[in-house]
Amino acid sequence: MSGASGQTSLLRFITCGSVDDGKSTLIGRLLYDTKTIFEDQLSALAADSKRIGTQGQNIDFALLVDGLAAEREQGITIDVAYRFFSTERRKFIVADTPGHEQYTRNMVTGASTADLAVILIDARKGVLTQTRRHSYLAHLIGIKNLVLAVNKMDLIDYDQSRYTKIVEDYRAFADSIGIRSFVPIPICSLDGDNITTLSGNTRWFSGPTLLEQLEGAEVDATAAQQRPFRMPVQWVNRPDLDFRGFSGLISDGFIRPGDAVRVLPSGKTSTVARLVMMGGDLKVAVAGQSVTLTLAHEVDCSRGDMITAADNAPEAADQFESTIVWMADEPLLPGRPYWLKLGTQLLTATIHTPKFQVNVNTLEHLAAKTLGLNAIGVANLSTDKPLVFEPYEKNRGLGGFILIDKISNATVAAGMLHFALRRAGNVHWQALDIDRDSHASLKHQRPRLLWFTGLSGAGKSAIANLVQKKLYALGKHSFLLDGDNVRHGLNKDLGFTDADRVENIRRIGEVAKLMTDAGLIVLTAFISPFRAERRMVRGMSQPGEFIEIYVETPLAVAEQRDVKGLYKKARAGELKHFTGIDSPYETPENPEIRVNTVETSADEAADLIVAYVLRGFDEGTGAKKV
Amino acid sequence: MTVALTHLERLESESVHIMREVVAENDKPVMLYSVGKDSAVMLHIARKAFYPSLPPFPLLHVDTTWKFRAMYEMRDRMTRESGMQLIVHRNPDALARGINPFDHGSLHTDLWKTEGLKQALVQHGFDSAFGGARRDEEKSRAKERIFSFRSANQRWDPKNQRPELWNLYNSRKAKGESIRVFPLSNWTELDIWQYILSENVPIVPLYLAARRPTVKRDGLLLMVDDDRFRLRAGETPVMRSIRFRTLGCYPLTGAIESSAATLPAIIQEMLLTSTSERQGRAIDHDQAASMEHKKQAGYF
Repeated sequence: MSGASGQTSLLRFITCGSVDDGKSTLIGRLLYDTKTIFEDQLSALAADSKRIGTQGQNIDFALLVDGLAAEREQGITIDVAYRFFSTERRKFIVADTPGHEQYTRNMVTGASTADLAVILIDARKGVLTQTRRHSYLAHLIGIKNLVLAVNKMDLIDYDQSRYTKIVEDYRAFADSIGIRSFVPIPICSLDGDNITTLSGNTRWFSGPTLLEQLEGAEVDATAAQQRPFRMPVQWVNRPDLDFRGFSGLISDGFIRPGDAVRVLPSGKTSTVARLVMMGGDLKVAVAGQSVTLTLAHEVDCSRGDMITAADNAPEAADQFESTIVWMADEPLLPGRPYWLKLGTQLLTATIHTPKFQVNVNTLEHLAAKTLGLNAIGVANLSTDKPLVFEPYEKNRGLGGFILIDKISNATVAAGMLHFALRRAGNVHWQALDIDRDSHASLKHQRPRLLWFTGLSGAGKSAIANLVQKKLYALGKHSFLLDGDNVRHGLNKDLGFTDADRVENIRRIGEVAKLMTDAGLIVLTAFISPFRAERRMVRGMSQPGEFIEIYVETPLAVAEQRDVKGLYKKARAGELKHFTGIDSPYETPENPEIRVNTVETSADEAADLIVAYVLRGFDEGTGAKKV
Repeated sequence: MTVALTHLERLESESVHIMREVVAENDKPVMLYSVGKDSAVMLHIARKAFYPSLPPFPLLHVDTTWKFRAMYEMRDRMTRESGMQLIVHRNPDALARGINPFDHGSLHTDLWKTEGLKQALVQHGFDSAFGGARRDEEKSRAKERIFSFRSANQRWDPKNQRPELWNLYNSRKAKGESIRVFPLSNWTELDIWQYILSENVPIVPLYLAARRPTVKRDGLLLMVDDDRFRLRAGETPVMRSIRFRTLGCYPLTGAIESSAATLPAIIQEMLLTSTSERQGRAIDHDQAASMEHKKQAGYF
């Protein structure tokens, strides 16, 4: 345990190994050797070891770190667990991750905060598929300090030549994936060889011991201090009108009062006035510290902005290449909008179809249209606003992000930005002399997007056709997009999987947007089963322009009508992914217009929709019942 | 230039970052304040995190009416000194039924603490609550997230927690759902003491050794804090030099015999100690994996 002073540094590390490599035993051993285990825990451990342990009458260290009750019975760990121990020189936080099928998600999570990784190998087995997988993931997540712990040396009689062969095998593999260096150590975690002291069993090994290596490795925060200053703004501190401070965790570099800074994305410059701290201002603050600073000038700056060195600021972009680690049961839907959180920036991103997926065992690149749970792939992504970033390889804090599902709010993926495909600053929309208002006023109408949604056979096309005829009769310019003119042309490469449905709607949304720019009243009649995509198109439209019309027909009624005979085929299993049968329909929550086709005729519905469109929107909010 | 940050500086900075994320991304946070040493550190860090503003959330004390008298004094003193709003919640149902630790065993903790906490969170509509739990306290806490998601009925599902990567926390949630946030997740008991020493954080004097009236019962050394303590036949309070490593309801909290009357002496004792701090808590010994069951039901 460390001394009373608190003057020790902090190292976070992760242990990677399969179930049988002795990972839990190693952590248990480290806790035991650094006297982190208390007597009451030790007596509970001794009792547990006899009852459910795997080491006979001996203490089973693995039981110290296998946590939840359910897992104890199964003898596995489910999730990431954090353990703590310390020595005179350092405090350590160990992320312990299990070795079964959830491995990728858990290891990436544990590794994301680690300064160092210990890769465990069973000396009898040498470099295995799992070893390659662990090393690839540790390298992918950017861990620079790697330790190769060759465990169970007792079971190969501490044989130096077999050990050397394993290290050489590993070096060949490490070179091939770009790992620059690693420190090999022969150990036996059960007996404690080369853990805290050099072992008499391996006299040919001159060190370091595992603990020496852990105590000596450089931590990431120290390296980050040597880069240019960056601080994502978390919170604006405004106790009164006279004080305006910007709070955040410094991710890189250092800062002193008087230093010139630039606020991104606005690009405005100022100088730091004070580094405010309860008990007295600071003279300097460095990467890894949370501070509140004030600026010499009134500069617009809020959460999500970044304060950076004035002469060396990161760039902003809205299209990137990235590596994505998918962490949810529901697969990635290319084209669907997700929340992207990077630092304190939160914006909307869509992921393009992956360029390839990586097989984490063989490291082969596989073709992929989506990414499922625990899949890792490379894909381009686009954001709705410029994102201030640095490549992950250079800067974990400014290149690592998470994706959040907009409906379930679950964290569905982690990602790492490689580089920008184009700089947002270089993209200027061509300023058109004849703008959308000019087009619309020439036609004496306001552009609208009438989005009909509902089950197959609900009556969307029938009502939309009637609305279009009535509009035409009134001299209004409109255009109807439906399955016949879109599926056969623009979208003939798309099928009916969830991913294809999302892309189908995205393209229709883009086309509709161009048509409304041209001043048209656009009608679309597609099942469009997912809320997320309808919301996406709404977001692409001008405020008030998007009118969601829910054509509400009970499934039984639609199925009974079965105008095209599709339900019959779907029920017979001849048609897959059919909405309402084996693919979901998500009911609109707040449509502008709701049409109940059981109570209302198509003609009545069309009259009411036309009246609503021409009257505009000024008369109240909420769904109009038809 | 590089400055080697100490582990306490890094831990403090992480806790500050977590608190600011919660305030920036949630509508109605609250800080659970139990008056113990972890709460003391959490409150101290909150004041630093938002200085010169006051922390933009109230303190919530879920009271059982059975805390040590010195804890109530400290609670009121810290409320005055911090200038923050204090909400005290006592489960009216437990109050009406006269639930106490002598007659009701584990029901006492269930009703006063677990149910009381849920009532207070729902009643005030808090969407996020800071707690002082640490991962080193107990096995099931080692896997707890820093942002721990709770369903609309306040339950914790250990198999369905959001992955936490880097320092990116996801606090998005639907109406009625909430998160419990543990800014001290990565602190150990020793870190807490070292921080209290280096930052001069005010703590309840019961943590320091003094001569106090005690009885030994069921393997615990209990302090007779007021006349509600029911002495069994043959029990007479004995003055002993004791201190507490953890504070809760006084009839359920075991002391240790100690002469460590200063913080450095406590830290010195900690370095030599051979039992974990929860050993003095009666509630953890009820059944195997008992903390995990309490957590799933909503206990902090």
